[in-house]
Amino acid sequence: MAWLFYVAGAVAIIATLMMLTRLNAVHALLYLIVSLLAVAIVFFVIGAPFVAALEVIIYAGAIMVLFIFVVMMLNLGRRAIQIESAWLKPGMWVGPVILAAILIAEVAFLVAGPGGPKIGAEVVGPQEVGIQLFGPYLIGVELASFLLLGALVGAYHVGVAKVKEEHGNHSDESRAVAGGDFVRAGTDRPAGSP
Amino acid sequence: MEIVIHIVTVLVVLFVVLNIAAGLIWVERRLLALWQDRYGPNRVGPLGLMQVAADTIKLFFKEDWVPPFADKGVFILAPAIVMLTVLMSFTVLPFAPGMQITDLNIGLLFVLAMSSLGVYSVVLGGWSSDNKYSLLGGLRAAAQMLGYEVFMGLALMGVVLMAGSFSLRAIVDAQSKMWFIVPQFVGFVLFLIAGAAEMRRLPFDIPEAESELVAGFHSEYSGMKFGMFFVGEYVGVVLISALISILFLGGWHGPLLPPIVWFLIKMFAFIAFFILLRAGLPRPRFDQLMSWGWKIMLPLALANLLVTGAIVLAVK
Repeated sequence: MAWLFYVAGAVAIIATLMMLTRLNAVHALLYLIVSLLAVAIVFFVIGAPFVAALEVIIYAGAIMVLFIFVVMMLNLGRRAIQIESAWLKPGMWVGPVILAAILIAEVAFLVAGPGGPKIGAEVVGPQEVGIQLFGPYLIGVELASFLLLGALVGAYHVGVAKVKEEHGNHSDESRAVAGGDFVRAGTDRPAGSP
Repeated sequence: MEIVIHIVTVLVVLFVVLNIAAGLIWVERRLLALWQDRYGPNRVGPLGLMQVAADTIKLFFKEDWVPPFADKGVFILAPAIVMLTVLMSFTVLPFAPGMQITDLNIGLLFVLAMSSLGVYSVVLGGWSSDNKYSLLGGLRAAAQMLGYEVFMGLALMGVVLMAGSFSLRAIVDAQSKMWFIVPQFVGFVLFLIAGAAEMRRLPFDIPEAESELVAGFHSEYSGMKFGMFFVGEYVGVVLISALISILFLGGWHGPLLPPIVWFLIKMFAFIAFFILLRAGLPRPRFDQLMSWGWKIMLPLALANLLVTGAIVLAVK
């Protein structure tokens, strides 16, 4: 199984490098998805199948879809690619390369040191993950839920402000959206009828 | 020797699934015709059965055109993703005792992961076509499938709680006394609706609504690339029907008849039900679909999970 780990790791690194150097935003995101899938295989091989599945469902299957959704809505054309290629000058690589070199040196130091546990020696199932999350890491879960609640309230605020703005322009359509009433059919009924 | 058996199992499952999916083209049109009081395809071969072959040959010989303004690589990749993700899900389905390609201990999560990756086929197909109708279809598909995926997973967690495992085989074994449709009826209904929406079946085919978006995300596709989306949808229907039978109707469990026959009976009953949905229901408006998903289905799925969890905890 160890060779699977190395192949998936190599794919993840190459895909991430490709992601960084693409000029087209959607192509970059596609490489990022490949990278996330490769990381999921890495998780699976080292004995964390539950985390691997969540990596695919949440990162590759939900968050990246939202990224692509936004890029599609912006619908960047050739001009965006030109701007991007102007930004990707060789000079801008200096900073990231220095930081990455420090990290690689650290990893090399760790690898050269005493060996850690073997790959895939222990499989951590969904139940153990859950017990850990609601035991020692409870504070992390609570903090994450704070963050999500804040994001939810913020998104609601932005959405409601938008609907009110539209209200003055064309009242019938915006009411259908704001009410979210799926029984009444748009404009073909008089106001106040059920 | 074991490897040979594995490969043969994979090929048999692939062969049977693809043939059922192709056969559904005929089944669906005949059943729709029956319910709408007309004949349907009945000229090619006995009962019109060879219509499938005629349609396939037609698709193969159509010009396989890539628009010059399309993003070529992504345009070709998109239809491959739909077939790949749907077919991958079949690797973890237990059809009968001993008839399963692999029994992953995260089998159910694997199926959910594959269905969430399936969104990309539609989204990328819509984006790469560089056509406003395709783009609108892709946007609708992204919003619809993200919204319905959330409670599709949550609706299944009740089943997982009761079976105590993500492995589909363990879930079927846990139903030897009582099918999960009885204690998990809310989860069953939620999953049925979410499954239809996830596979973009009518009445949830808003991303390709012909009356407003030409053909939505696959407006620019032709030949076998269109065929991939077309067959992928039917394979998706087979997948969702098989999943419902496994998760809620006890899979292969049943009296007298051999296990695989029971499984096929349950699966085809749900395939027919999905076709009946298409025959009987009009398409909702897009905002109706979204508010229905987020405001009704999601809270229901969460409540179902909460109650199931409390009961499982109390019984233990």
